Amino acid sequence: MIESILDNNLITFLILLVSVGALVGLFIGLSVFLGPKRTSKVKDSPFECGWIVTTDAWRPFPIKYYLVAILFIIFDVEVAFLYPWAVSFGNLGMAGFISMMVFLAILFVGLYYAIKKRVLDWR
Amino acid sequence: MSYSLTDIFGVLPELILVVTAITAILVDVASKGKDSSATMLVTAVGFIVSGIAAISGVGTIGVLMNGAVFQDGFTTAFRAIFCLIGFLTAIFSPAYLHFRNIRLGEYYPLLTMSVLGMMVMVGAANLLLFFIGLETMSISLYILVSLNRTNSKSIEAGMKYLVMGAFSSAFMLYGIALMFAVVGSINYNDITNYFLADPTLGPLTIAAVALLLTGFSFKIAVVPFQFWSVDVYEGAPATVTAFMSTGPKAAAFVVFIRVFGIALHPVASHWTLLLSWIAILTMVFGNVAALRQTNIKRMLAYSSIAHAGYLLVGIVAGNHAAFAATGYYLAAYALMNLGAFAAVIIVNQRHGTDGSYRFDALKGLGFAHPLLGISLTIFMLSLIGLPPTAGFLGKLYVFSAAIETGHIVLAVAGLLNSIIATYYYLRVIVLMYMAKPEGDTTIPRPLPYAITLIVLSVLILLIGVFPEPVISLMIAVAP
Amino acid sequence: MQIELAHYLLLSAVLFGIGVMGVLTRKNLIVIMMSIELMLNAVNLTFIALARYSANIEGQVIVFFVLCIAAAEIAVGLAILIAIWRHRGMMSIDSLKQLKW
Repeated sequence: MIESILDNNLITFLILLVSVGALVGLFIGLSVFLGPKRTSKVKDSPFECGWIVTTDAWRPFPIKYYLVAILFIIFDVEVAFLYPWAVSFGNLGMAGFISMMVFLAILFVGLYYAIKKRVLDWR
Repeated sequence: MSYSLTDIFGVLPELILVVTAITAILVDVASKGKDSSATMLVTAVGFIVSGIAAISGVGTIGVLMNGAVFQDGFTTAFRAIFCLIGFLTAIFSPAYLHFRNIRLGEYYPLLTMSVLGMMVMVGAANLLLFFIGLETMSISLYILVSLNRTNSKSIEAGMKYLVMGAFSSAFMLYGIALMFAVVGSINYNDITNYFLADPTLGPLTIAAVALLLTGFSFKIAVVPFQFWSVDVYEGAPATVTAFMSTGPKAAAFVVFIRVFGIALHPVASHWTLLLSWIAILTMVFGNVAALRQTNIKRMLAYSSIAHAGYLLVGIVAGNHAAFAATGYYLAAYALMNLGAFAAVIIVNQRHGTDGSYRFDALKGLGFAHPLLGISLTIFMLSLIGLPPTAGFLGKLYVFSAAIETGHIVLAVAGLLNSIIATYYYLRVIVLMYMAKPEGDTTIPRPLPYAITLIVLSVLILLIGVFPEPVISLMIAVAP
Repeated sequence: MQIELAHYLLLSAVLFGIGVMGVLTRKNLIVIMMSIELMLNAVNLTFIALARYSANIEGQVIVFFVLCIAAAEIAVGLAILIAIWRHRGMMSIDSLKQLKW
C-alpha cells in the first residue's frame, strides 16, 4: 500500500531536489573558481562591533551552567508526558491517575537526589 | 485500557528492580557518599527477590499488558540469568572498586537499571518497548563505563561507547520507523502476520530490514561493526566489562532472535546468506585477533566477538530447536564469560601487577590458589567447548541445528574456529599450572569472589551434565 | 504541488543522512552529538508523518518516548563531555586516541 504512494509524487520532488542542488553547487563552484582571494590579518579577525577582540570565544564557562542545563534537559522533556495525560485525563480514570502519580514520584526522587548532591547550589 | 492483576504479577521481577533502584538511590544519598556497602546490600537483596519472582514464573506462557509483553520460557530463563549476573556483579564489585579507588554509590542503582532494561528487552513484544528497554540498559552502561572519572581511559571508553551506541540506536530507530510504515504496527506478531500474507519485499521493507540489521550488528558487536567493543571493554572498569560482555550481549541476542528469527521469519530467505557471511567473518576476526593479544582483558573481549559469531549460526539455522540451542548457548556463554572475568579481575589485584591485565600475572597461580585454578580451568574448558561443560553442549546443539537445516559450511567454519580458539584459551591454563610463579603470589581472597567462582563453575558443570531443564524452558517461545 | 506523505518521508531521510554525515565527518564532539540528535529527530518526523497519514496514534506515542530517550542520552553525553574537558582541555574527537586496537 505505502510503496505505491511513494512512487506518485516522488519524481517531481526528486527533479526539484537535484536541480536545486545543481544550482547551489554551480554558484558556489563559480565563486570559488572565479572570485579573487585576498586575506589579511584584519580581514580574518572576528567582527566584534568595532571593538578589538579580547579573548577566545571558546573560553570555558563555569561548570555550574552545564549542570543546570543537563538537569533542565531531562526535567523539561519528562514534563512533556504530562500534556497528553492531562488532555485525556477524563478517559483514563483512576488507573491513569495512579500511574502518573507513580511517574511523578520517581521524577521527584531524581530531583531529591540532585538537590542532595548539591547540584543546584549556586555558590 | 486497564491492567489486571495477572499483568502486574507477570512483570513483578521488573517492578521489584524499579523499587530496588529507587531505594538504592535513596540509601546512597542517605549515606552521604561515605560508604556504599548499604547500597550494595539493598541491590543484592533486590536481585535475589527479583530472581525468585522470575523463577516463580516458570511454565506460564502468554501475552501480558495488552499485548506488550511476552511471558514465555525465554523471558523467564533470561530474567533469572540476568538477576544472577546482576547479583554476582554487585557482590564482587566492592573489592575491585575499592582497589581502583572508585567511591561512587551510584554504581549499584545504575547496575540495577541496566538489568531492568535487559529484562524489558527480552520480554518486549513490540519494537517500541524493546527500544525503551535497550536505551534504559545502554544509558546506564554509558555512565557505568565512564564511572572511573579520574582515569582518562575510562572516560574515553564511555564517550566512544556513547557515540557508537547512540549512532546505532538511531539506525535501529529508523528501521523501526520504516517497519511501522510498511506494516502499520510495531507488534512482532503483526509483523509476522503481515509478511506471512505477503512475503515480497519492497524497497521500503528492504531499507527497514537493512537498518535494523545494522543496528543489531552494532549492539552485538559483529563484523563489520565490532571495532568499538574492544576499546570500550578495555577502558571500562573491569567489573563493568565483565557485566557488559555477558548480560547486554545476551539481551541483544534474545531480541535478535525475536525480531529476525521469529517476527521476520517469513522473509528469512532474503537475509540468511548475508547473516551467514557475517557469522563466519565474525568468528574468524575474533579468533585471529585474540591469538596475538598480550592483555588478557582484550583477549576476552575478542573471544566474546568470536562467540557472537558462533551464536549467529544458531539464528541463521532458524527453527525453534535452533533458537532453543542458541538460548542455551547464550546462557552458558554468559556464565562462563562472567566467571572468566571475575577470576581475571581477582588475579590482577595481585601485588606488583598494577592491574595491567598481562598474561604473566597468571603464572604459577594454579597450585597456590586451588579454587581459582580449578574454576578458571573450568571456565576456559567451557569457552573452548570441551565436555562436560555447558560450553560444549551449547556448541554441539547450535552446530547440529545448523547441519540439520542444511548450513553445513557454517557448522564446519564454527568447528574450525573452535580449534583455533583452543590455543589462546589453553594458554591461560598452561600458564597457571606449568609456568614457574614469579615473585609474590599472594592475592587478596575476598569471600564474594569465592562465592562467584563456586556458583558459576558449579552451574556450568550442572547445566553441562543436565541440560534438559534449561532446553525445555528455552523451547517454549511465545507464539 | 501538494505536500504528501512521500515528501515528509524524503525530507526525514535527507535529514537523517545529514545527521549520519555529521557524525562521520565532524571532529567536535558537541557537533557529533547534535548530529545524533538530528538523526533521532528525523526519525521522529517520519513517525509523526506516518501517524498523521494513517490516523494511527501509535506513531505519536512513539515520538514522546523517543524525545525522552534522546534527552537522557544527550544529558549523559554532556556529562561525559565535561569529564573529558577536565582531562584533556579539548572537545575534539582527536582527544580520544588512547585506546586503540
